[in-house]
Amino acid sequence: MTETFRLSEGGLIDRSRPITFTFNGKTLRGYPGDTLASALIANGIHFVGRSFKYHRPRGIMSAGAEECNALFQIGDDPKTDPNSKATQVELVDGLKAASQNAWPSLDFDIGEINNVASRLIPSGFYYKTFMWPAAMWMKYEHVIRKASGLGKSPTQPDPDNYDKSYVHCDVLVVGGGAAGLSAALAAGRAGARVVLAEAEFAFGGALLSTKGETINAKPALDWVEEAVAELEDLPNVRVMKRTVCYGYFDHNFLAMREDLTDHLAAKPAHLPRHRLWKVRAKQVVIATGAIERPLVFADNDRPGIMTANAARTYVNRFAVLPGKRAVVFTNNDGAYATALDLKAAGVEVAAVVDLREVLEGPLTEKAREAGVKIHTGKGVVGTAGKKRITSVKIGEIDFDEKGIIGPVEEIACDLLLSSGGWNPTVHLFCQAKGQLVWDEDHACFVPGEPMQKAQRSAGAANGTFGIEGGLKEGYEAGKAAASDCGFKSKSRKKVSFQTSDEDFLPARWMWLVPSDKPIGRGGKHFVDMQNDSTAADLHLALREGYSSIEHVKRFTTTGMATDQGKTANVNAIGIIADVYGKPLPEVGVTTFRPPYFPVTFGIFAGRDIGDLLDPARKTPIHSWHERNGAEFECVGQWLRPWYYPKDGEDIHAAVNREVKACRNSLGILDATTLGKIDIQGQDAAEFLNRVYTNAWKKLAPGKCRYGLMLGEDGMVMDDGVTSRLGENQFVMTTTSGNAAPVMAHLEEFLQTEWPDLKVFLTSVTEQFATMTISGPNARNLLAEVTDMDLSSEALPHMGAAVGEVAGVKARIFRISFTGEQSFEINVPASYGLFLWQTLMRLGEKYNITPYGTEAMHVLRAEKGFIIVGQETDGSVTPIDLGMNWIVSKTKDFVGKRSLTRPDILKEDRKQLVGILTDDPNVVLPEGAHLVVRNSSERPLPMEGHVTSSYHSPNCGRSIAMALIKGGSKRAGERLLAPLSDGRVISCTIAESPVFYDPEGVRLNG
Amino acid sequence: MKSRYSIFSLLRNARNYHENWEKAWHSPEPKASYDVIIVGGGGHGLATAYYLGKNHGITNIAVIERGWLGGGNTGRNTTIVRSNYLWDQSAHLYEHAMKLWEGLSQELNYNVMFSQRGVMNLAHNQSDIREIGRRVNANLLNGVDSEFLTPAQIKEIVPIIDLRENGRYPVLGASFQQRGGTARHDAVAWGYARGCDEMGIDIIQECPVNGFIIENGEVKGVETGKGTIRANKVGVVVAGHSSVMANMAGFRLPIHSVPLQALVSEPVKPILNTVVMSGAVHAYISQSDKGELVIGAGTDKYIGYGQRGSLDVTEETIAAVCELFPLFKRMRMLRQWGGIVDTCPDASPIIGKTPVDNLFFNCGWGTGGFKATPGSGWVFAHTIATGEPHQLNEAFALDRFQTGYLIDEHGAAAVAH
Amino acid sequence: MLLIECPYCGPRTESEFSYGAEAHIARPKNPEEISDKEWADYVFLRDNTKGIVLERWVHTAGCRRWFNLARNTVTYEILQVYEMGAKPPKIELKSFV
Repeated sequence: MTETFRLSEGGLIDRSRPITFTFNGKTLRGYPGDTLASALIANGIHFVGRSFKYHRPRGIMSAGAEECNALFQIGDDPKTDPNSKATQVELVDGLKAASQNAWPSLDFDIGEINNVASRLIPSGFYYKTFMWPAAMWMKYEHVIRKASGLGKSPTQPDPDNYDKSYVHCDVLVVGGGAAGLSAALAAGRAGARVVLAEAEFAFGGALLSTKGETINAKPALDWVEEAVAELEDLPNVRVMKRTVCYGYFDHNFLAMREDLTDHLAAKPAHLPRHRLWKVRAKQVVIATGAIERPLVFADNDRPGIMTANAARTYVNRFAVLPGKRAVVFTNNDGAYATALDLKAAGVEVAAVVDLREVLEGPLTEKAREAGVKIHTGKGVVGTAGKKRITSVKIGEIDFDEKGIIGPVEEIACDLLLSSGGWNPTVHLFCQAKGQLVWDEDHACFVPGEPMQKAQRSAGAANGTFGIEGGLKEGYEAGKAAASDCGFKSKSRKKVSFQTSDEDFLPARWMWLVPSDKPIGRGGKHFVDMQNDSTAADLHLALREGYSSIEHVKRFTTTGMATDQGKTANVNAIGIIADVYGKPLPEVGVTTFRPPYFPVTFGIFAGRDIGDLLDPARKTPIHSWHERNGAEFECVGQWLRPWYYPKDGEDIHAAVNREVKACRNSLGILDATTLGKIDIQGQDAAEFLNRVYTNAWKKLAPGKCRYGLMLGEDGMVMDDGVTSRLGENQFVMTTTSGNAAPVMAHLEEFLQTEWPDLKVFLTSVTEQFATMTISGPNARNLLAEVTDMDLSSEALPHMGAAVGEVAGVKARIFRISFTGEQSFEINVPASYGLFLWQTLMRLGEKYNITPYGTEAMHVLRAEKGFIIVGQETDGSVTPIDLGMNWIVSKTKDFVGKRSLTRPDILKEDRKQLVGILTDDPNVVLPEGAHLVVRNSSERPLPMEGHVTSSYHSPNCGRSIAMALIKGGSKRAGERLLAPLSDGRVISCTIAESPVFYDPEGVRLNG
Repeated sequence: MKSRYSIFSLLRNARNYHENWEKAWHSPEPKASYDVIIVGGGGHGLATAYYLGKNHGITNIAVIERGWLGGGNTGRNTTIVRSNYLWDQSAHLYEHAMKLWEGLSQELNYNVMFSQRGVMNLAHNQSDIREIGRRVNANLLNGVDSEFLTPAQIKEIVPIIDLRENGRYPVLGASFQQRGGTARHDAVAWGYARGCDEMGIDIIQECPVNGFIIENGEVKGVETGKGTIRANKVGVVVAGHSSVMANMAGFRLPIHSVPLQALVSEPVKPILNTVVMSGAVHAYISQSDKGELVIGAGTDKYIGYGQRGSLDVTEETIAAVCELFPLFKRMRMLRQWGGIVDTCPDASPIIGKTPVDNLFFNCGWGTGGFKATPGSGWVFAHTIATGEPHQLNEAFALDRFQTGYLIDEHGAAAVAH
Repeated sequence: MLLIECPYCGPRTESEFSYGAEAHIARPKNPEEISDKEWADYVFLRDNTKGIVLERWVHTAGCRRWFNLARNTVTYEILQVYEMGAKPPKIELKSFV
């Protein structure tokens, strides 16, 4: 447990509370404020993982979101997180970290054989082989699948919770570095509502990696602390850490992920693990900094090789030494700061190898003064060391011939740092569809014209490098953003920044550093380390004609690893540009997609899973159904009683009993879920006349009528009974699942086609509880609880009345979906349960039997009544259903014109028929297809399919309905139903789909 | 003739440090005229050109692509292949495609990694069960393999699924097509492109079509970013841009172009070997050979050419995935993207003639185009070569919207009663 | 995720609204007298321009009222919101290829 590489002082860690963690089972020590990466380095551990394809030993190469090598499986199943970047994992007491993609162990990994055989498996090798014999592909693939993937998914449900929140603000500032803090200060001071989001657990951004820098003559980190304190004091500013803004969508809508508990050893039960923030901002300031890109040279992937700024971060922020003897390889001045800081911390800097030739700037001179040896015009042309780098080879670079001049010198080291320049973090800018432009001086893409207005990029994210530039640009951006929201700065005091920035010499760009062998013939120049794609792979792709940058990316998988090319992409574009001899921006960029870095699925699901996946709609009588053992079925969002099994009955027994009770005495159905739309106004009848296929103007008050509604395409959309309660008032019922679409359909026509009609629509589905009593004793029961005249003369079939039932104001419709004498009683929803219980109590003498949707289906099928969505599927017209009787010839209605199109008039369309199986005891499965002649030939011509099929206890046999080609003229014809289980059921087309009481005697009784 | 890809060619080229591979396809400058021009260098367009050469002996063809080939929906989809469509016309077309998929790697000498790991469509309510029953029966009689699975059978094939017995939408059953699965989307475009190139077909990239040359109601060529290119027959297969092209040719299409979203997780070791789809909770998920969970989401409701979708669609989809696979809640989304799909009112494609003579359109595949790629190319090539539709695409004519012969593949009809 | 300015309720997020496709299409006055093609055009053909469209939306989860938008289908910029029955705005209806 010794941290031999930890400095005795300094760093932003809390030394008062040492904590322990394990790495591959070994217990190690670190401090709060460490990342997993810094704690491992403190313990001298660099070799932490294996690459995706070649299983090469890999170390920690960065200190941030761009990490592509140091990926870990964190924690135990089910709370385990694969592919976690060590540089982003905040160290917490008891953390368990394990290496991935190595078997049997990290040290000895069988997969390393791929490295030996790497010449056989260049990019895209799998497109060229594994094709013979064809049947073997699934076997080959099985092996390929096992070899790929990185970490392991949890295997058990995640016990953690996730949450979502909305936030609206004037100015969203993304990034809490110098530019972001400065922007937030400017906007916050002006009074704008500001949200400042920092992805990391500390504010300061690039300043955290520095030492000795000053802002306005104060240590830079003191300025950061004061800025954060001021922002936290402002009531109009929300300061958020551990919150990554990962996506920038349309109309300044952004998504952020906040981490609430991953960094806590004891996780409070009340806190969600992560939270999704949905931000609508009037103005956005993107201050997301920049990412250093490594140089691409031979064997640039060994443990102990990292970016220059990463090393600086480890030394200054975490007080750990990433090595004892370092070589720095650079093409720009930035890496000299690292060399100086490392040297000051006690690292031996063996050499700075600089691609540039003549160097005399403030930083290089400082380095020279500090005694650092600088090799100019040279590059690292090779490295050695298996599980840790042991030496580098450097040579003089021939920039014209892309080769080496003269002898190669070897320098021993255990740390190699490289800097190839900086890439502004333009991800959010690009997600918002802004256009990038190429900055030739800094060799990087910077934001150009944004597509969405009301946004600004500032600081390094905008290509403005240096602390002073970032502070100033940030401040201006924050001020302007606030001003655009109407907040003018009150203070007249001019804000200025003075910093310790040094001037930089120009850099020298070289995308691919040559080695002593031609590219691809020895040594690997990795471009995308995680996916093991090399410069030779890029060259191969181009050679094979994969010419577009997108083709190269997809063929070589460059930029498609879990870091999404944060370090690889621009280098790859540069290497391709060199091959084409084209300027780099002409090669183009690949698209930046959300998320900026990977975010947990949990935040998208939030609490909207389990019972909250979708609202469950329940009727006021639901509790009674539950108490009485109902089985429910989902109908849209509604839960409806399906059947009520008694004493161990199965569904068939229960449904038979319910169906018989209804025909023999009395049944009761909870019909509350039917959609109900109140239609009022002087033109209500005219309106109905236009939306239904039949005539409505002459319907008298107190009468009900069945209506069929079509879409403009002529297909049946919905049906139901509408009742005229008064001259200017109707109440329409719709099917349960279609209530909302029908309402929307009616509103659309009313508002957009016929605004002249004086009609008002109100959904009243939930205002009424509806129950239907049906059967020979229905009137007898109802008469016990109402004084209304229920006689057939006063209230005939299709009559409506308003009165009191059991003391409750009620609407009674004498309508029937069962074919029995039937009353639909509507009462205010809050009285629903009371009335239901009253009817159940009083109905005991009639053996009142609650029946569910299944019995309802059987009862209506016995009568040949259709169900929209079962007999229809969006391709069925009223004529197909044999319902010409309801289609007006004399008036126009929605969909009418579609019924006279040539294919709709064809006689061989599928038409609704009744089907009787030859064996009355056999029930056809719904969905069975019927054929004239059975054979093994495929495809076998089909006549149509069974839409509804039941055992009918009242008919004493099975009954079915089907849509059959030209069926209306085929009564008596025999058909066969060959089933998936091998049975073939023979049946006959019935004379009519009405199987029970065709004269309707019972209904009118 | 191109040299064939094989393990031996791989070994041979390894000796030469892979420096001697030929180009999979070339990028020639366009000629002044061709027999046939195919506008659109995606999977469908390249397949069309390929079968024009292969089946009809027409190789004087230019495939014109505005960007990079395979860069439209071919490179943006969730790679699912299945043929278990409800209506006869669709089933026959997709099943023809399926049969071509089954030999495609060998046909093209390019491994498109067609992996028949099975596609499962879950049922969550009685209406779904009825719909699935209807579909399975229709599929079987149409010669499409299909079976009904009970919850226990589902669990056997996909042990990690949560059937949510007491959940909001319990899994009550599924239909299953074992021959369905996934393929490597880019490889499909590249394999066809290589096959076309071998026959001498010109593939012209970075060449936007800016207009059609139409003389006396007959197409005579196209105006492009690389000049005028003439041909007596032009086939247009430009998903996401069909309406734009139709407008150029002077007619309109009953199409809505909307962004369809997809996303992938970080890669993990194999955990899901089957493609699982659920219409009711709206999600489809599979695991790629690389280890990423590939998840398809829904479309936005309004037309848009932005190639990006709304966050609420992502939320709904991932909630549905986490409902069925609660173990995936800790997985992380690596990348999300969108593609523009052209949707028809009846959710079926339009393949055939247009009001302009010898100008043919193949469009409107909605969210289901990838799986049809070989079949679509096959029948479209026939249509272009002969001037008349193949019997498999007769029903998918543009004039069906006039006559009423719609092929409504919206899946389960509205839930009612 | 669009932010749509409902003329009656103010700015609200996209998910509160439903889409109604191209605006200013009148239902034929005498459907029986027009050809199958004209009728099919009315039922199925809607503007699908890559560029600026005039389209209808309804505030489903709000006031339930219909209104019109002029929107760019590439940038998703909303150029104008106007009430049902109002004349279309004088906007150049650009389209892109």
